[in-house]
Amino acid sequence: MLSLFVLLPFLAIVMLNLPLKMVTRHLALWFGIVLSAGQAFMVIFQPDVFWKGTDLLGRFFTLRLQVDNLSMVMLLSIGIVTFAAILVGRQTIADARLRFNFMNLVLLSLIGMNGMVLLSDLFSLYIFIEVVAISSFILIAFQRGLNALEGAFKYIILSAVATVLMLLSVSVLLMAAGDTSFSSVAAAVKNSSSSHFVRFAIGIFICGLFIKGGLVPFHGWLPAAYSTAPAAVSVLLAGIVTKVSGIYALIRLSTSVFGPDSSLNAVLMIAGAVSIVIGALAATGQSDFKRMLAYSSISQVGYIILALGCGTKLALVGAVFHLFNHSIFKSLLFVNSAAVEQQTGTSDMDKMGGLGSRMPYTNATSLIAFLSTAGVPPLAGFWSKLIIVIALWQGGHYIYAFIAILTSIITLGYLLSMQRRVFFGILSDKLQAVREAGFGIVFPACVLAAITVGVGLSFPFIFNSFIIPMGAFLK
Amino acid sequence: MTNDMAVVLWLFGVAAALVLIVGFYCLIATINLIRAIIGLEILIKAVTLFIILAGYVTGRTGLAQALVITLIVIEVVVVVVAMGVVLCVFSHNKSVDVRMIRNVKG
Amino acid sequence: MVLNIILLVLFVVGAVWTMMTTRLLHSAVGLAFTSAVLTVLMFQLDSPLAAVFELSVCSGLVSAIFISTIMLTKRVTAEELIVRRKIRMAYFWFLPIVVVAAAIVLSLIHIPVDFKLPEPPAENNVKNIMWNLRHLDLLGQIAILLTGVFGVVTLFKEWKHD
Repeated sequence: MLSLFVLLPFLAIVMLNLPLKMVTRHLALWFGIVLSAGQAFMVIFQPDVFWKGTDLLGRFFTLRLQVDNLSMVMLLSIGIVTFAAILVGRQTIADARLRFNFMNLVLLSLIGMNGMVLLSDLFSLYIFIEVVAISSFILIAFQRGLNALEGAFKYIILSAVATVLMLLSVSVLLMAAGDTSFSSVAAAVKNSSSSHFVRFAIGIFICGLFIKGGLVPFHGWLPAAYSTAPAAVSVLLAGIVTKVSGIYALIRLSTSVFGPDSSLNAVLMIAGAVSIVIGALAATGQSDFKRMLAYSSISQVGYIILALGCGTKLALVGAVFHLFNHSIFKSLLFVNSAAVEQQTGTSDMDKMGGLGSRMPYTNATSLIAFLSTAGVPPLAGFWSKLIIVIALWQGGHYIYAFIAILTSIITLGYLLSMQRRVFFGILSDKLQAVREAGFGIVFPACVLAAITVGVGLSFPFIFNSFIIPMGAFLK
Repeated sequence: MTNDMAVVLWLFGVAAALVLIVGFYCLIATINLIRAIIGLEILIKAVTLFIILAGYVTGRTGLAQALVITLIVIEVVVVVVAMGVVLCVFSHNKSVDVRMIRNVKG
Repeated sequence: MVLNIILLVLFVVGAVWTMMTTRLLHSAVGLAFTSAVLTVLMFQLDSPLAAVFELSVCSGLVSAIFISTIMLTKRVTAEELIVRRKIRMAYFWFLPIVVVAAAIVLSLIHIPVDFKLPEPPAENNVKNIMWNLRHLDLLGQIAILLTGVFGVVTLFKEWKHD
């Protein structure tokens, strides 16, 4: 019953806003939690009645939704990160009316993201990318701080450029294929594999997706948007929005639609490698907590794209696994930054220090998150990076493997410096009143940390049952 | 493709490409937030013409029109949200100068 | 054919004028004019439904949104207008020249239609396609409209307390 993923949030929004809303508006939080946690449970426990049962609602509409292993991984990530973002939002947004709007917008972006991983048509992909994008614009700007408005506007402009590029490409592909569904476009690309026009169109579409995913050199909007957005929105943006709009679309299109193509793969590898290096180098010099995490995101996404460009089965497994891990540990890092920001009132790391003694849970989960990001065993991040490096080595790309390993060390460096500056050391006088963040932030942090540790520790056991099938979507 | 249609493709294609250039330039080189959105609008018009042209050339006018109608709906909502952001910026510092934005480090 | 050429020239000229003019209100009007020309162009290309939609929405609604936003932001005094015109001309004076040059360059490039065009379509009725075949797009559009509504509520409404 795949259509439920897209239709249930609609139902929730309608119920929240119709005349019964005096009663239901207080339930907004619970709707969000049930939907996102429910989504995660459906993927983990795989009840047959859900996945193989007939699509009752879907009979009325011709929705043409499809699911495969990649979509399942994405649905799981979407569910988990949205769950965390909703809980953080409940804790950090003070005004009740703003919280209600936040919840509705999160439900709308949930529709967008779920739709995006289930569809099979190029123009529908564009539409759902826009759904997620527009709800993100509003979410970034909704507390109306001047910095947030500027971050939102930058994102609007760059997102609009990406839109134009994608639509230009759609018009050329429409000429070549006559239809916009994935299968027709794939057939047309295969037929006209020597056509310069079609290759130009593919290149332009990929550029548009690079902008959406925040890859160098199109990453201009990302640090501004991530660092100026409100805390819960940063969790959502960094954890899942960029991954779904940009990276999932790239994975899906470059493997199934635009065909495994050697020049496309070469471009992906170069873009990935450049993103890894520039993201890591830029993160080292930052003094703002969230901005450093934003550059770190750019760097980690580079790993995913590097593995995608490599193209072998093992590399794809590494890419998807790293995507899942990244959404978990990056959201965890941002949840912790929300905790720190709420308790200290600032995100400037130079003004912090010694918070570890006052915020034990945040300290511990932040430690787990950054060790996972840097790829330290036995946490989950180590395994996915190991798979990527092995796949690169097996594919003969020795230089890229070397870059990946070297940058891991730089990653460890700047994250360790972050942990030291924020949590270790002596508590300064101005911060004496700091206490641990509320339950609403600590709980999702613990859940996310538990997932990272759990996946990491159980990796040898789940390797064949869960990890290898992640790459099984390659046709 | 018939010769007539090839000429049409060329004519309309060149014009749409020109408008695309104008739109991109406007988006890059303006200091006023509202004019940046106008530039975005011009870009979308050029892309609309491209899609309709693609539909005409392949005979799929139905699909092209459906796509364009959807595109127009999306574009209106984007413009409304962008105007909302602009108005909030204006209520903060009484100006819609984009130099305010260049202050936020990229 | 001659009509098409005139319309295309008007289209490009409208876009250039929208860019180069100093007053924002004139820009908004120029945008509406460009939309109208695009409508006629779409009629010429056998797309009447989309043309009508474009006319009513873009020439009407979007221009109204622009004009109301422009009215809500600062008014320009006469001296400031002259200063602005100078700045604007400094940035944009070469735009018509660039456009003409690009036109000449592009017209020399032969569009390489080096791919096979698809066969004639099975289904060509717009209404059927939109309402019966592409339900996912409809769902997406509804989601976008809802997002727009929430955007207006969040960004435009005055806060009761401040």
